[in-house]
Parts: sequence; structure tokens; C-alpha cells
Amino acid sequence: MKQKDYIGIAALTTLIIIVPYLVTNDYYLGVLIFTALNCLACIGLCLLMGYAGQISIGHGAFIAIGAYASAILTTKLGWSPWAAMGFGVVTVIFVAFFVGIPTLRLKGHYLAMATLGFASIVHIVSVAAVGFTGGPSGIMNIPRLSIFGFQLNSDVKFFYFSWAIVIAGLYLAVNLIYSRVGRGLKAIHGSQDAASSLGVNITVYKIKIFVLSAIYASISGSLYAHYVLYIDPGPFDVMHSVLLVTMVAVGGIHNIWGALTGAILLSLLPEFLSFLSDYLQGFGIRYKTDYDTLVYGAILLLIMLFLPEGLFDGLYRSIKAVFNLKNRLMKGRSQGAV
Amino acid sequence: MDQPAHILSDILQFIFMGLQRGSIYALAAMGFNMIYNATGIINFAQGEFVVLGGLMMVTLSTALSLSIPVAFVLTTLFVTVVGICMERFTINPVKHPTVLRLIIITIAVSIIIKGAAMCLWGKNSHFMRHFSSSETWEIYGATILPQTIWIIGILLCIVAGYIFFFNYTMTGKCMRACAINRDAARLAGINDRKMVMLSFALSAGIGAIAGIIITPIIQMDYTRGALLGIKGFGAAVLGGLGNSMGAVIAGILIGILEAMAAGYVSSHYMDAIALIILLAVLFVKPSGIFGSAEAMRLKEF
Amino acid sequence: MQSDILKLEQLHKNFGGVTAVDNLSLSFAKGEVTSLIGPNGAGKTTVFNLITGFIKPSSGKIIFNGWHLNGKKPHMIAAMGIGRTFQNVQVFSNMTVLENIMVGRHLRSRCGMFFSSVLPPFLRLEENRIRSAAKEWISFLKLDQYADFSAGILPLGNQRMLEIARALALEPNLLLLDEPASGLNARETIAMGELIQKIKSMDITVILVEHDMELVMDISDRVAVINFGRLIAEGTPKEVQQNPDVITAYLGT
Repeated sequence: MKQKDYIGIAALTTLIIIVPYLVTNDYYLGVLIFTALNCLACIGLCLLMGYAGQISIGHGAFIAIGAYASAILTTKLGWSPWAAMGFGVVTVIFVAFFVGIPTLRLKGHYLAMATLGFASIVHIVSVAAVGFTGGPSGIMNIPRLSIFGFQLNSDVKFFYFSWAIVIAGLYLAVNLIYSRVGRGLKAIHGSQDAASSLGVNITVYKIKIFVLSAIYASISGSLYAHYVLYIDPGPFDVMHSVLLVTMVAVGGIHNIWGALTGAILLSLLPEFLSFLSDYLQGFGIRYKTDYDTLVYGAILLLIMLFLPEGLFDGLYRSIKAVFNLKNRLMKGRSQGAV
Repeated sequence: MDQPAHILSDILQFIFMGLQRGSIYALAAMGFNMIYNATGIINFAQGEFVVLGGLMMVTLSTALSLSIPVAFVLTTLFVTVVGICMERFTINPVKHPTVLRLIIITIAVSIIIKGAAMCLWGKNSHFMRHFSSSETWEIYGATILPQTIWIIGILLCIVAGYIFFFNYTMTGKCMRACAINRDAARLAGINDRKMVMLSFALSAGIGAIAGIIITPIIQMDYTRGALLGIKGFGAAVLGGLGNSMGAVIAGILIGILEAMAAGYVSSHYMDAIALIILLAVLFVKPSGIFGSAEAMRLKEF
Repeated sequence: MQSDILKLEQLHKNFGGVTAVDNLSLSFAKGEVTSLIGPNGAGKTTVFNLITGFIKPSSGKIIFNGWHLNGKKPHMIAAMGIGRTFQNVQVFSNMTVLENIMVGRHLRSRCGMFFSSVLPPFLRLEENRIRSAAKEWISFLKLDQYADFSAGILPLGNQRMLEIARALALEPNLLLLDEPASGLNARETIAMGELIQKIKSMDITVILVEHDMELVMDISDRVAVINFGRLIAEGTPKEVQQNPDVITAYLGT
């Protein structure tokens, strides 16, 4: 972990502590909670895609498994939410392990399609297995989470809780990146042959990171179930998996902070767009929420074409460029004086 | 005495249904293969071409009440132009392509097309009249729609056109040369960038035709692209990626298996069949059932 | 016998119908530099890939320090003490030069995924050990000034050096160098020759595949010539140079 990351985590923590004092509207707090859940899933996905270089368009499936495990076990078997969440994680570990073994032998396009196929199957099952998942009508009355008897019954409480988990997840992920394991993963991304010639067990590493990223997704799903208190297959379709990839890619695939930025920006985008539509209405332009998908696609495309390393990297570099320019100007002036 | 007749009619029914849906997968798979051969890219927007074809056809033939052949040609041209634009504006400008970046770019295009389709055609599904009568015919106890005959006929025409194009025309031969060895083709004076554009055009055109002919049966809506695309990819992989004749056989095979799954298991899980086949093939034999030596032979037609 | 570090026994490899390595039997003496030479497509790189487990032999045995390497995965073979470089350089261009070499210390450290993410302050010791070892290898190859550069932007000569440094960080007993001098200019080639001598003096056995005959004849203790996957001559550089079969293989009949 480097100094920059400590500063980043400290800044994020401070921001999180302040936000509920600024945002008192429950609706916006809710949006920020969903943002946290997306961030959690994206941190995991970024470890897999940006660091180990393995694409997955199937992480929506792991979110779904986590959410359904929590929902089914708490409502039908009366388990405590924590036990259910733990069971969800264990289930996801098994599923990711057995899906990962054959899948991660594939590369590039094949891997992308295989994970997409897996996500579609999970979605189809969640719709079709009515007896188990409630089918399209879903599962209701999921209990709230409570910590040591302290119930998370308000949006502010859940806000702090969900972001605390994001920060914990971020802390673990950043530690991992700068460790021996993180270097092994980056080596796999750089060159699989060279990595294995240096003793990195690429098969095991790929499966481990796939499982780890699936755990992040699963916890995100469980939290979703316990926040919304109702789930149906709708939010867990293939489009959600694609959206996660979009968030990571827009923010910057090779940087965990980039993935976080992307997740935050794209989660807030619909709200921003609805603000914008009010504004545009003043000019006689009617903006409908139907256009959101189009805007998502356009942003993703533009970023991929012009800033392939993502917004975060672009921002970082332009700030650096401004500083360099300033330094050079200052230097130029002092030299001129001499 | 009754039993064999039942079995025969059941089998026939599965084959008819399989041909109907399978032809669409076959066409989508051919589209995947064309772009794959020219560029090595899997186009995640392939399914959206099919949707776009279907929706445009609905508009032209129903709202503008053009005759079917005219609407057919105009729709195909329209989607072909979309395919060309996609290549010109999103694939061609990428100077340092990585697989990940290209995948995400084609995903972005698919999101854009999907979003545009939602804005233009709305969220409901669209009906379209059948090409000829919509009365079913009965053959040995199995029923078949005239539209199915149209689908099969058009698939056969496209396959014939495909074989002719790639074997007997100069442009087709150039495209094949590019697919086999791009550098060598370039050295022989073939403009490989133009071939890439052409592959997107053809692939979009074929996708559009698939959408046009299936819409009277399934009622098109803007969300169908992803599933159609991934099933088409399943067919492409099963037939051996890059091998279009294999893809046609594989597409029809998947269609028939789906029909059987709908008949024997549950129509809810029908959509999962193609996906399970896709995963099984990827895990067991990623080169497809016509892989390796067989693929080489089939590639030469 | 005692002094052979690596033995290939009747090694055979077919790709489809093509025989890449044909009943090759060869021993490599401990502490020596042995060069593997032959015309393009003779199967030299295939031999390297067979030894390091990237491809499996069709038949035959590979014995390293008395262990059978057949069926072992590349990372296990690396753990046994065989390092290698690649014909087309494979530095990790997504990492800095220092990090590249730190990957080379992978096997000399053991912290797993769980502890790496949960307990970093306790791991600082191990991390520092990895870092200082990597820095030593950087200085050894005189790459200090590039330590924090992204590896992908180094010139080819330095990338080759980096690849060797990374393999050396593994502390191997046997190092396989695949055309280390290809693409290097005359001055860099001489430096590479000196480096290989230095590596030899560290008691590391070197097997070299190289096309630069001057370099090969200069630094090799023994030379093995293969053509069409078959061994056609073996001996000291001088013996090999005078072997009529070798002359035929290189110049044609």
C-alpha cells in the first residue's frame, strides 16, 4: 500500500462521514447506497479484469446468487441474515470455483462469452425456478440486517454500514495489489508464459482471483437484498453484468481507484441526467429517462475510443500535465530572471 | 399402431420448429464468423443487428405499408449502413487494439443500438404480418407455417450466395485471403481495411435478414438482441468459430435441441439449452464439433 | 554422470504430423555453458519449451538433477530451479522494471492471498526482503536508472537484460537463454557475452540458443547442433566447427 492510497482511503472515509449531513433526502441516500453496492462489486471485478486481465461479463450472476441466498434462507428457513450472507458467500465460492476451472482456461472473447452465457443461465433459472426463487414475482419480506442487536432500520445507518464495507473491501484490495500476490496477478496479465516461467501458478491464481471477485459480488448482492427487502430477477439480468463491466471500464480498468470512480459516476449518472433534463426543459428540450441507455453507451464508447485507460487516468494525467506546465513556466521565468 | 405415428409427427414438429429458430441462429453465427475471420473480433453487437432488422422491417412494412420485397431490401440496406458506420467510427479509429478494449467497444455499440431502438420503437413488442399466409399446413400430423418455409428458403439462398461470393468472386476471394493471412494478403495488394469494412457490412446485412424473417413469428422488441446474439455465438462456436458452413449445421442443431427441450422439459428452460451447449462446447472442445482437421476441410467447401 | 545437471533421453515431439524433436538424447554438464545451435526451425525453442514444461513431450524423458520433469507444469519446473528467457522478449509491460524483478522473487516468498490482503504491516519485512533482493539484481545488470520506468518503454537491449535479471532473481541452478543477443547491436552483444560469463561464474549452468556464431563459439564450453529435431553433432566449439555434417546442415549440399 502506498501513501497515495492511504490518502485516498482517508479522503473517501471523510467524505462518507460528511455526506449524510449534506444529503438529508432519503431518496438520494438510497441512490448513494446503491452506489456503494456497485462500488463493492466493481472493486472485485477490477481485481479480476484490470489486474489479472481476465474479463468477466457474468458478475451479475454472483450478485444474484448472493441476493437470492440471503432472501431464500432468511424468509423460507428463518436463518439470521448474517448466516444467510455467509452461506451466500460459501455458495458463490463453490460456484465460482467450479465455473472458474473450465472457464478460465479460455482467453479473451471466449472467456467473455462463456461468462456472459453463465450469467444468462443464472438469470433464466432465477425466472424459471418459481418454487425456489419466487419466479418473476420474486421474494418479499426479507428481514433487515442488525449489528449486535442494533437494527439498520434507517437509510443513514445503512448508508454508513454499506460504505464501511466498501472501504474495508477497498483496503483489502489495495493491500492485495501491492503484495506478492498482486504482482503475480499483474504478471499473468502481462504475459502468462513469463509469469509461469517465474513460478507463478497461473491456473490457481486465476481461479483464486475469480473466486475473490465473486465474493465481493456476492456480498454486494446480499446487502442489496437486506436493503431493498424485496428481490426479483429484474435487476440481475445480463444487462447488469454488462453495466458492471462498463463502470470498471469507464473509470479505468487498470486502477482500483479508477474502477471506484467509474462505479460512483455511472451509478449517479441517472440522477445527474434527470437534473439535466429539468435544466434542459427550460430550453424547450425534452429529455426522457428512456435516453439513459443511449447515454451510457455513448459515454462508454467515447471513453474507450479516446481515453482507453479510463476517466480516472485521464483526469490524473491532465492534472499532472497542468502541474508540469506550471512548473515549467515557473522554471522558465526564474531562468529568464537569471 | 398409434404410437409410431405420434413419434413421427413429434419428430417432424421438432424439426420444423428447430429449422425455424435454428435458421436465425445460423444466420447470426454466419455474421459472427464473417467479422471474426476478417478481424479476429467477436462482435457483441451482432444480436442488435438482428433486432434492428426486425424493427425496421416492422416500420417499413406496417407503418409505411411498403410491399414486403421493397421493405426487405430497404431494411437490409439500412442495417448494412449501420454496420459500415460501426466499423468506420468505432473499430477503424482504434490504433492500439487490445482484446479487452475491442470487446468493450462492441459492447458499447450494442448498448447504443439497444438504447436507440428503445427510444425509436418503444418498449413493447412489434407484430408483423407473415410474408404469405399465416395458415399452418399439416404434414404427417405436424404443423408448419409458410413463414418457416420462407425462413428455410432464405437461409438456403444466403448459404448459396455465401458460397458463390467466397469462391467465385474476386472480392470474396480477397476476403478469404485476408482471413487466412492478413499480412500476406496485404503484400499481395489487397486493401485489408476495406475488407474489414466489407465484413461488417455483410455481417450486418445477414443479421438484418435474420431479424426480418423471424419477426413475424417471435414479435420483435428491443431487448432481444443479447440473447439472440449469444445463441448465435453458441452456434458459431459449436460449428467451429470461423467456419460458416459448420455454423449453419450447428445453428439448426441448436434450434432442434431447443425445440425438444421445450417439448420434453419446460419451455421456461428452453433458452438455457443453447447457453448450456455453448458452455459445454467451450469447456470440452473450444474448436467446435467441426474443429481441427474437419474444419479445414469444411472451410474449403 | 554425477556432473550432468540435465539429461534428455530419446526426447520426441510431434506437432500433428510434423516431427519437431526427433529422438534427441543430450546431456548438459553442471556449471558449463552449452549452446544449442541449428538452422531456423531446427527445433531449438521446442527443446526449451519441452524442458520448461510449456509443451509436453510425445515420448522420452527429461531428467533434471535426478528428477523427472515429464508432466510437470512450468511453475513447478521453475520451483525446481530452472529459469528461462523468451525468444520474443516477454517483460511485463504493465509493471515497472523493479516490479518485474520482484515477480522473479515470487518463489522466494510465500505470503498467500488471504494474508496479503489482511495483514500488510506484518508483511512489510518480507516485502522489504523481496524489494532489496530485486534491487541487487537490478544493480547487477546495471539497470538502476530504469528501476521505476515502465518495463514496456525500455529499448530492446535493456528488455533482454531485464528478462535475464528477472530469471536470475529466481536463483536458478539452470538458466535457459533463448536468443539473448538477437536484435542487439555489436556493443550490446559483447556485453551480453560478458554477462553470460558472469552468470557462469556464479555456478549457474547455462543453456544458450543463439544464432550469433561468434558469441556462441566465444563463450560456450560445449556446442550441440541440431537439425530437423535431430542431434547432428556435439562437442567443443572447435570440434563442432570442423564437423562436416554441421557444415552441410548450415550450407546445404
